[in-house]
Amino acid sequence: MSAYNFAYLDEQTKRMIRRAILKGLAIPGYQVPFASREMPMPYGWGTGGVQVSAAVLTPDDTFKVIDQGADDTTNAVSIRRFFETTAGVAVTEATTEASVIQTRHRIPEQDLRCDQILVYQVPIPEPLRFLEPSEVETRKMHSLEEYGLMHVKLYEDISQHGDIATAYAYPVKVEGRYVMDPSPIPKFDNPKLEMAGIQLFGAGREQRIYAIPPYTQVVSLDFEDYPFQPTKADHACDLCGADDSYLDELIMDDAGGRMFMCSDTDYCSTRRKQGHVGAQGAPLAEDAA
Amino acid sequence: MTPLLQVENIAKHYGARIGCTDVSFDLYPGEVMGIVGESGSGKSTLLNCLAGHLTPDHGAVRFDTRADGLRDTVTMSEPERRMLGRTDWAFVHQHARDGLRMNVSAGGNVGERLMAVNARHYGDIRASAIDWLGRVEITEDRIDDRPTAFSGGMQQRLQIARNLVTGPRLVFMDEPTGGLDVSVQARLLDLLRGLVREMNLSAIIVTHDLAVVRLLADRLMVMKDGHVIETGLTDQVLDDPQHAYTQLLVSSVLQV
Repeated sequence: MSAYNFAYLDEQTKRMIRRAILKGLAIPGYQVPFASREMPMPYGWGTGGVQVSAAVLTPDDTFKVIDQGADDTTNAVSIRRFFETTAGVAVTEATTEASVIQTRHRIPEQDLRCDQILVYQVPIPEPLRFLEPSEVETRKMHSLEEYGLMHVKLYEDISQHGDIATAYAYPVKVEGRYVMDPSPIPKFDNPKLEMAGIQLFGAGREQRIYAIPPYTQVVSLDFEDYPFQPTKADHACDLCGADDSYLDELIMDDAGGRMFMCSDTDYCSTRRKQGHVGAQGAPLAEDAA
Repeated sequence: MTPLLQVENIAKHYGARIGCTDVSFDLYPGEVMGIVGESGSGKSTLLNCLAGHLTPDHGAVRFDTRADGLRDTVTMSEPERRMLGRTDWAFVHQHARDGLRMNVSAGGNVGERLMAVNARHYGDIRASAIDWLGRVEITEDRIDDRPTAFSGGMQQRLQIARNLVTGPRLVFMDEPTGGLDVSVQARLLDLLRGLVREMNLSAIIVTHDLAVVRLLADRLMVMKDGHVIETGLTDQVLDDPQHAYTQLLVSSVLQV
């Protein structure tokens, strides 16, 4: 433990990252370049998110990591253990108890408070990337607010699929100015981007940090005749019975057996502790046995 | 009558070499001007300077904007110039794939300019895309195909539709018929001539094909080594060339 500086990164690096974060917060949705460091994990595993977490963590923080909503996946477990080792911070699986939450692909179902920070891992921060390969050109488009191209993507969706088929990484416009990639969260989570907590986005390989301050207007792009619709599986959670949470579909056997369950494991288990039971769920005590 | 475009002493140098120099002319609404000359004579440099793709070393390009009348596009701010580029101006590239998004459907290609000027109604965008594809003789059932599935002539027509959908007033064309076979060229020229007359477009056409300017252009400018060596009405220049180079150019055309 003492072999590492607090939260792995050296103080100068954390300072550099904090400056980028502050700039990002000052210009909501703007991608701030930063000198991303090599981290002891491969690119694509959350190197951006880890650096942002390292820069914002203090010894008093309680840290939570989720991957696709779950606390117990490899990625979440190893990042959580990483900061347990290098920062010695308290860790938790409970959304309400955490002060810093690093996430990949989900926003917790539980509303965040203003004393909580949500850190996203971002693979490709540039929403225009797949339409315009040149970074020089996309930066110019951002600075001149030329966002017609973003709608071309949505147009293509409708013309090919009859509806806006983009289901994740759905582009949003932040505070009426910058078009932003909300990281690959399902579009079900897009309305939650207007929240009380601070949201920080870190892209390690692409060396960009951006942010949404609390209570910032975040509008999902759409057409007048094809308005934005957050979607989820038309089902209730089979374990806890929640009908308002984002669901994972699980194949149970070769005979077509399947079940839907909350992708947010903490939300699901909290509900089950409160006594909610879904269609295929057993009461909590028996389930544990 | 105010000219639509007023070009004054445009010069562009590439280091010590001359791109084009001392070019001045006025273009009036509804007028089509041809720029001809051999390869390397500065035609494309000139066109790119006029269209704002290159910054000329000196000189002024004044465009009659809808809001403020004549404005120098060289010194105006970049957002304004780019705004002109997607509203009142159109640029038809020689190679359609330079002017099209090859991984976006034909409808999306035509709709892009509309969406760039804040059209946000899918039904309307699609309706005008269908309308424009029809005008350039691309059938409606090809609207969701990508340009990669189109022939060269169709790609060029799609590029024209994409450019004209916002109702521009000035069209820059860089060798619009280059690389097409003659029968496709003839149909494209026919189409262009119709659209130019119908929409009362002004156009500047750069080409080395004298037949193209004979058909389309009202006025002609002959360039050599970056200088304009002869100007005049198209028929006058082609039928009674004065400058030795123009005479050579005209007599070099193969007769079938």
